[in-house]
Amino acid sequence: MNRTTILYAVLLALALVAPFGVYPVFLMKVLCFAIFACAFNLLLGFTGLLSFGHASFFGVAGYVTGNMLRDYGWPVEFAILAGVAAAAILGTVFGWLAIRRTGIYFAMVTLALAQMVYFVCVQAEWFTGGENGLQGVPRGALLGVIDLNNDLSLYYFILAVFIAAFWFIHRTVTSPFGQVLKAVRENEPRAISLGYNVDRYKLMSFVLSATVAGLGGALKCIVFQLTSLTDVHWYTSGEVVLMTLLGGMGTILGPVVGAGTIVTLQNYLASGAFASSVPIVLGFIFVVCVMAFRRGIVGEIHAFVKRSF
Amino acid sequence: MTELIGISPQLLFAQVLVGLINGAFYAVLSLGLAVIFGLLNIINFSHGAMYMVGAFCSWLGMQYLGINYWAALILAPVVVGVIGLLIERTLLRRIQHEDHLYSLLLTFGLALMLEGIFVELFGVSGQRYPVPDLLNGGINLGFMFLPIYRAWVVAAAVVVCFTVWYLIERTKLGAYLRAGTENQALVQAFGINVPMMRNLTYGFGVGLAAFAGVLAAPIYSVAPHMGSSIIIVVFAVVVIGGMGSVLGAIITGLGLGVIEGLTRVFYAEISNTVIFIVMAIVLLLRPAGLFGRQS
Repeated sequence: MNRTTILYAVLLALALVAPFGVYPVFLMKVLCFAIFACAFNLLLGFTGLLSFGHASFFGVAGYVTGNMLRDYGWPVEFAILAGVAAAAILGTVFGWLAIRRTGIYFAMVTLALAQMVYFVCVQAEWFTGGENGLQGVPRGALLGVIDLNNDLSLYYFILAVFIAAFWFIHRTVTSPFGQVLKAVRENEPRAISLGYNVDRYKLMSFVLSATVAGLGGALKCIVFQLTSLTDVHWYTSGEVVLMTLLGGMGTILGPVVGAGTIVTLQNYLASGAFASSVPIVLGFIFVVCVMAFRRGIVGEIHAFVKRSF
Repeated sequence: MTELIGISPQLLFAQVLVGLINGAFYAVLSLGLAVIFGLLNIINFSHGAMYMVGAFCSWLGMQYLGINYWAALILAPVVVGVIGLLIERTLLRRIQHEDHLYSLLLTFGLALMLEGIFVELFGVSGQRYPVPDLLNGGINLGFMFLPIYRAWVVAAAVVVCFTVWYLIERTKLGAYLRAGTENQALVQAFGINVPMMRNLTYGFGVGLAAFAGVLAAPIYSVAPHMGSSIIIVVFAVVVIGGMGSVLGAIITGLGLGVIEGLTRVFYAEISNTVIFIVMAIVLLLRPAGLFGRQS
């Protein structure tokens, strides 16, 4: 066995026993945001596109899943699929518009489109519950048998989905398709001159990223039985950027570590006297990461391991 | 005047005026963004936060130091400009050779921090800033009532925009600036201090944002989140107009403000989103923006 396999085996073992030592809802929140950040990293880390609008996929998928579960009585699996499909459709529209511009403009276009989605969500109270959010979403039962109201059952379900999503992203990045994405990131004109239809690759990467981000949002809605305007707000888009940056963009485990760190930090701060200072702390971490820590936690560890062994 | 397709002219003109005012802010803010982008090649995500800090500077000055509106109009941009100089000197300069996305992330982080700090100090609710005595009241134009302060905002913004346009397009300093935009290494080889120029440009750009903030203070309430809500719209304006030309930024800003105002009259439901819709259409038809060059 090589080192990577051992590492993943240890992490899996830890994840399996974790809910017996740590509050499961907290762990599930970490996993949902880890899925979200991994999806985001596919776009930023492996394709080199900075989207500032990923919260819309996360939030809209949550709203759709929540509505399906609460008002239409769909089974939980189909409700999740509906949310993910909504994110995929929205991602196709966003991506199709946004890849017409590159670099900083790309970030601005995605941010602006996401703000539009936010305003629509504010107005569409029948669908989103407006300021109150979509509350009281039932968790349902998996395959009609396993009651997800039990935190432990839900945790293992979400862990399984997370592993599937993680594997999917990993598989995508290591595939020939993923290699092309990296080529686009490193040198777009070169990739064009080699005959790749760069726009199509970018769009596919964008849609995949949006879809998986939607999966994170759909699960988050089930865990908290709530999706609110915060989930579609630009602030959430900023959070996922930070998770990826802090963990290490372009590394496969980085976003997971970043999501874990940020969610832990938020929970820690929210319980203390500094609840309102979370944005200040996150902003500060942004500045520190950019100034001194551009490889992120996992990236630094990689570099350290390479240097020492 | 008679009614025009079921809409009273009072309402129509009032909304056009509101649109012009919003447009004036879009124009000044996108102008600052364009100036900074031209030379430093970064999108200043903290532009909205600087606008907010400018508004707070004038409010704090009035509240605690008795500084009146007219002094604030000069002082707030200077204070914020100096903050900008420090940010450029201590942070942005160090990462200027990295990928441009990092400077975007850095300024985003700064915006979060600034907004968070002001929420911590003053809460989320807005502070009222009185209209200066000289500009109080309004004129009845017959077809509508024109509040003097609002007319002043539009006039001041237009004057500032054209002054900046003149500075950049018609003076020697502006010529250096434009040359620096094209080829910094060459300009530096001619003995011009490019790092200082970048420094001053950033300070000037955020100073413009603060100027807009002071203008905005008596119209909108002075609140920590005032910047983030306007800056995203301004980003859309910048995408629509393209950052290639100063004049383009001014025209796009004012024009979109008016479009937004008119939407409020004819189809109010989409007045919040109309600018983003226009952006999507422009992206489809002219991906480089109305006045932009394809990057």
